[in-house]
Amino acid sequence: MAADGGDKFSVLLPTYNERENLPLVVWLLVRTFRQSGNNFEIIIIDDGSPDGTQEIAEQLEKIYGSDKIIVREIISILSSSGTAYIHGMKHATGNFIVIMDADLSHHPKFIPELIRKQKEGNFDIVSGTRYKGNGGVYGWDLRRKLISRGANFITQVLLRPGASDLTGSFRLYRKEVLQKLMEKCVSKGYVFQMEMIVRARQLGYTIGEVPISFVDRVYGESKLGGNEIVSFLKGLLTLFATT
Amino acid sequence: GSAWAALALAPPGLRLPAPYRQALLPLPVYLLVAFGCYSLATVGYRLATFNDCEEAAAELQEHISAAREDLRRRGLRF
Repeated sequence: MAADGGDKFSVLLPTYNERENLPLVVWLLVRTFRQSGNNFEIIIIDDGSPDGTQEIAEQLEKIYGSDKIIVREIISILSSSGTAYIHGMKHATGNFIVIMDADLSHHPKFIPELIRKQKEGNFDIVSGTRYKGNGGVYGWDLRRKLISRGANFITQVLLRPGASDLTGSFRLYRKEVLQKLMEKCVSKGYVFQMEMIVRARQLGYTIGEVPISFVDRVYGESKLGGNEIVSFLKGLLTLFATT
Repeated sequence: GSAWAALALAPPGLRLPAPYRQALLPLPVYLLVAFGCYSLATVGYRLATFNDCEEAAAELQEHISAAREDLRRRGLRF
């Protein structure tokens, strides 16, 4: 429990070159939390963006107050979500952590649903899924969808993880659970998100799911290339071998 | 797997009657083919039922406009 006895939600936003999207995502987060009445803070961890992301983050801090917006910069050559989360959690004062993308592919409106699901089943982790219920994606062509479903299928067969969307990164964690998992997870990229769920299951944590929509406005510019697929498969096999 | 190898490849001392062994031998291939068909069918079905979130994208556009306007009023210099 947080200091005043209520739940507090710390949203971790790792950013790299999100000068355009960051104010929009923060605005939506603030509005969502104010409407739902939950106590919150937003922690922006910028990975040395050259486009002025940090500057705009500091403007947002002035607008919304530094108890609500916390801005930190890390400069790491090998940028990975893992580093950003570890860094972000040091400053988190909430008892729950929300992780999500800062590029508007994840809409903050789902956060109250993640929270509701958590309370419903007292889950340690609630994962947003694109594959169940009315979850889904926007902006993907058939090829991209096929890769996504195919990869997920192989993952389900090999790892039997008990969660439908393993590479998704829109999740709510109890703070202690995330801290424990961060100690144990070593992979990068997509595999990192998968490893979190797999390790969580090993440690006996409970996982709930909520359908979410993923709006991809970036896919046209950055196609999923052969390299990423190969490293995904390598990571998956490693996880399979070590679980 | 080991059970199959033991029975089908039949080291001496563990011999089943010939017809049984003949039936057993191709079993792994059958299973592989069956699994292959299952995989294709499953992935195909999931691909076909993968939801497209048109409304989500449209709604996001509206939210973006509202956000930009409000932030401008609050003094954000984009």
